[in-house]
Amino acid sequence: MQSSLKIVIVDENPIRAAILEDGLREAGHVHVVRVDEMSHLLARIYTIDPDVILIDLENPSRDVLEQMFQVSRAVKRPVAMFVDQSDTASIEAAVDAGVSAYIVGGLQKARIKNILDLCISRFNSFARLRDELERTRTALEERKVIDRAKGILMKARNLSEETAYALLRKTAMNENKKIAEVAQSVVTAAELLR
Amino acid sequence: MNATQARLRIGFIPLADAAALIVAVDKGFAAAEGLNVELVREVSWSNVRDKLNIGLFDAAHLLAPVAIASSLGIGHVKVPIVAPFGLGMNGNAITVSPALYAAIAAAADGSIVDPMVSARALARVVARRKARGEEPLTFGMTFPFSTHNYHLRFWMAAGGVDPDEDVRLVVLPPPYMVDSLANGHVDGFCVGAPWNSVAVDLGVGFILHFVSEILLRAAEKVLAMRDSWAQEHPDTLLRLVRAHGRAADFIEDEANRDEVTAMLAAPDRIGVAPEVIRRTLDGRMKIAPDGTVRVSERYLLVGRKGAARPDPAQAAWLYAQMVRWGQAPLSAELLAAAKAVFRPDLYDAAIAGAEPSVPGEPNDGIGAFAGPAFDPDTVAAHLAAWSIRRA
Repeated sequence: MQSSLKIVIVDENPIRAAILEDGLREAGHVHVVRVDEMSHLLARIYTIDPDVILIDLENPSRDVLEQMFQVSRAVKRPVAMFVDQSDTASIEAAVDAGVSAYIVGGLQKARIKNILDLCISRFNSFARLRDELERTRTALEERKVIDRAKGILMKARNLSEETAYALLRKTAMNENKKIAEVAQSVVTAAELLR
Repeated sequence: MNATQARLRIGFIPLADAAALIVAVDKGFAAAEGLNVELVREVSWSNVRDKLNIGLFDAAHLLAPVAIASSLGIGHVKVPIVAPFGLGMNGNAITVSPALYAAIAAAADGSIVDPMVSARALARVVARRKARGEEPLTFGMTFPFSTHNYHLRFWMAAGGVDPDEDVRLVVLPPPYMVDSLANGHVDGFCVGAPWNSVAVDLGVGFILHFVSEILLRAAEKVLAMRDSWAQEHPDTLLRLVRAHGRAADFIEDEANRDEVTAMLAAPDRIGVAPEVIRRTLDGRMKIAPDGTVRVSERYLLVGRKGAARPDPAQAAWLYAQMVRWGQAPLSAELLAAAKAVFRPDLYDAAIAGAEPSVPGEPNDGIGAFAGPAFDPDTVAAHLAAWSIRRA
């Protein structure tokens, strides 16, 4: 087992940071520190003294990290992953996934590549998770609106639940709309007429 | 590439000097040139630079020094960049906390509207703090290779303050500047619009200087593309520059100011209060929380006074600052490469009738408040004029 790398994750999104940290730990990296407070970022990073810094591309503090290249007093001078242009495919994949890495010089390429690949896959799975969550949330909200619309129709027109739903569906088909949209119109109209 | 329908992705940071880019697209000047431009808003200069470098962007709103550093391979990957259009000159300001403002005013031996008076006063404030064993003052700027970094350094060093030894300079993303000033993490900063105004409006800062008081002409942002892209798409490039020229003219026509302000203030563009953008374009800035206003027709030059035509002397000045502060070595090759980033020839090829020199503007193209006139051919002489320097 190679000596363990000290890795810092800079991410204001706690869920994504946790997913990434889990992945790194599973891969055998025990020294993982999460930073989610952006003030005094540089000072904190110097204190932690990491070998690798991972930061999401939505984070404006990326520009703060760039200052590390300038400070000659710092012993360790990390470089951005982009400096090694030999592996453009993985750089593009990283940018596409929304993550960037800063690496202290002297590390073996293969070890960095593993970490970067892990970041890319975790960032992508987080993005998928977020999409799924969004879809689930929308579906849940639509169902609530449809239930309310059904209730309104059942009461106002003395229909069974089944007939109320069939009416919504038929109207949606006729008007080329989604059932949830028609349901929302019913709810809105009912509120206006109340 | 199809000559009539070129699709372009262009990255930008939501700042007032992205104006020509935003107006070129949203007012239809780009479409009139047969360009289908997608503007992509970014949160950091690192992102803009990297996405331009690896080809995710065809062009970008870029800090002029980043275009030069990228071309020289300083601090990062070497990717030759060309800048055929200047998106803005000046536009930055130095803002300080109320406490530092009061200290500078008390230590001044004249009007602190004069940057030499304020810089010397800052030197006295710094010396007094040192004598008392207090923490050094901290100033925020936006990026190591930024005009903001060089403008702050140029100003304070002229008054005898060593920016590396006597104070701390830290990079802060512009959206964090005001908070950092309010909670005391920094004592001052140099940043572009709208952030100086935001600090003044919140009562946490005083605008000490417009950068146009320190340098009459300071290239700020450029429209940048990879040199390889420029060579592969010469026609698209000229059309893009032409669209930007029309946009700059449109912005500078005061009759259009309401429309331009609304366009820039839109949530997916700069996304701040229209009134703040208006102040910047008009050069009428509230500089103190009590409502004091300072007016400068030079506050931000979008297209006026030849501001959009790239001037290699500006590139040379920026390179000279990189050398002065130890970011780059001094060599004739690097100086030539820096100057070659700014391409007035491409500007002239796209926009006919541009005058190389504008009457009434400084002869050296810079107009610094201190030191000898700048000679873009002898950077060594520029450096020799200063006692505070790293090279």
